[in-house]
Amino acid sequence: MFEQIGYYLSYSFAQRALAAAVLTALSSSLLGVTLVLKRFSFIGDGLSHVAFGAMAIATVLQFDNTMIIVLPITVLSAVLLLWTGRNRRVKGDAALAMISVAALAFGYLIMNIFSASSNLTGDVCSTLFGAYSILTLEASDVWICAVLSVVVVGVFVLLYHKIFAVTFDENFATATGTRANLYNLLIAVIIAVVIVMAMNLVGSLLISALVIFPALSAMRVFKSFKSVTISSAVISVVCAFAGVMISLIAGTPAGSTIVAVDVIVFFGFCAAGWLRDRSGMRA
Amino acid sequence: MTLIRAEDLTLGYETGVVAEHISFTVEEGDYLCIIGENGSGKSTLIKALLKLREPMGGALRFDGGLSAREIGYLPQQTQVQRDFPASVREIVQSGCQGRCGLRPFYRKEEKQLAADNMERMGIADLADRCYRELSGGQQQRVLLARALCATQKLLLLDEPVTGLDPHVTAQLYALIEQLNKEGLTVIMVSHDVTAAVRYASHILHIGRENFFGTKEEFLESRIGRVFFAEEGGKADV
Repeated sequence: MFEQIGYYLSYSFAQRALAAAVLTALSSSLLGVTLVLKRFSFIGDGLSHVAFGAMAIATVLQFDNTMIIVLPITVLSAVLLLWTGRNRRVKGDAALAMISVAALAFGYLIMNIFSASSNLTGDVCSTLFGAYSILTLEASDVWICAVLSVVVVGVFVLLYHKIFAVTFDENFATATGTRANLYNLLIAVIIAVVIVMAMNLVGSLLISALVIFPALSAMRVFKSFKSVTISSAVISVVCAFAGVMISLIAGTPAGSTIVAVDVIVFFGFCAAGWLRDRSGMRA
Repeated sequence: MTLIRAEDLTLGYETGVVAEHISFTVEEGDYLCIIGENGSGKSTLIKALLKLREPMGGALRFDGGLSAREIGYLPQQTQVQRDFPASVREIVQSGCQGRCGLRPFYRKEEKQLAADNMERMGIADLADRCYRELSGGQQQRVLLARALCATQKLLLLDEPVTGLDPHVTAQLYALIEQLNKEGLTVIMVSHDVTAAVRYASHILHIGRENFFGTKEEFLESRIGRVFFAEEGGKADV
């Protein structure tokens, strides 16, 4: 098996796919804890549908690089959703549901009506579930991925303590002089960037899995914010690496393979956490 | 020195007025207890004092130029916190966040301040434990230590003893009394009138009939007498 891995690694298309997958996985895992605990997971899901709609527009307009359109639209939607959703949870949820289904519907419609492509179903499917095209990435795609992940990781590290304070207790943070609204906004923007990065890798329907599963796995076993954050990054990167390798060897779609590995790992961590609680050991 | 001066406050949400005609002052070193039935607007008043929610009417003035960075707050616990993977040290240090401003990391002094406050609350040995595995009383001490990292002046406590057993409740009250004696101004929301009368220097009652005055005045007042008549006259203060 290792020979086979080594064999694939000698090809530059495999190297690029792995680099992009690992970078995306790293960025997407960082905010997982915050998303899960702030009940923000639904925002991630809604935004990924918006990104799908934006992707449809970009495809139809035949942009070489779809990110030029997808990134600004998704970031803008993130900001708007957070703005309007504040203090009015129910309305926010409803607005989000409306926007996300509408984006899906219009995205598909636009692709259907205007698309020049002969393989429409294939296009739609790869936007929803991630593309085989992870194996046809250009060096420039990997560079964009690298730049975005440096930005995401950098911002996360700089805001680490603020994100902790705002996630753990927003009222306390605001009352004692932390600008929680500003940091919530930055969190939403990072989420949007992560979603756009992950579009190519796993497709818009599976993005939430990439964000949430590593964090949930880590939370089963680890007990401090720092250890959970670090371990979910490690879990995510390892799963992405394994997923891409498996998809290369077995010829399965990269996105869903990565997510499948994430899910299996999650159940592994559940079992580990359960066993430890039973034996009464503490971390 | 007067820290807070509230004149004829009206509190409420979009759906309607919760409480009105609330006036009181808080001097440095006071221990003010806010009492009243459920839904009388106690927590709304705390939110107004923390500037999380604007009062609908009246004036709320912070005379000594009291800024948000001088307030410590012990909130009622939320569901998020019960699932949160966080160590005690991480939570207490986050109390220093206000004084960090935009600076991303904690300085040595802030880490020391957190360590001192954990010592002060008797939880230094729990520093690396997971918050959600602690008992209710221990969790409150953690949040109190966090509040102390945020303030040297004013501590706001929102129903701090809810869900604690009598022994732990007494310990927590003693701890708060100690902090007040050390010079901290304390404002506490409570529906435990007996404790309010025992520990506070001033009482604010909000509800159908508002009252503000010293503890002694409260005991002489009509509302005060009603409370203790209902409780079978156990006002042994």
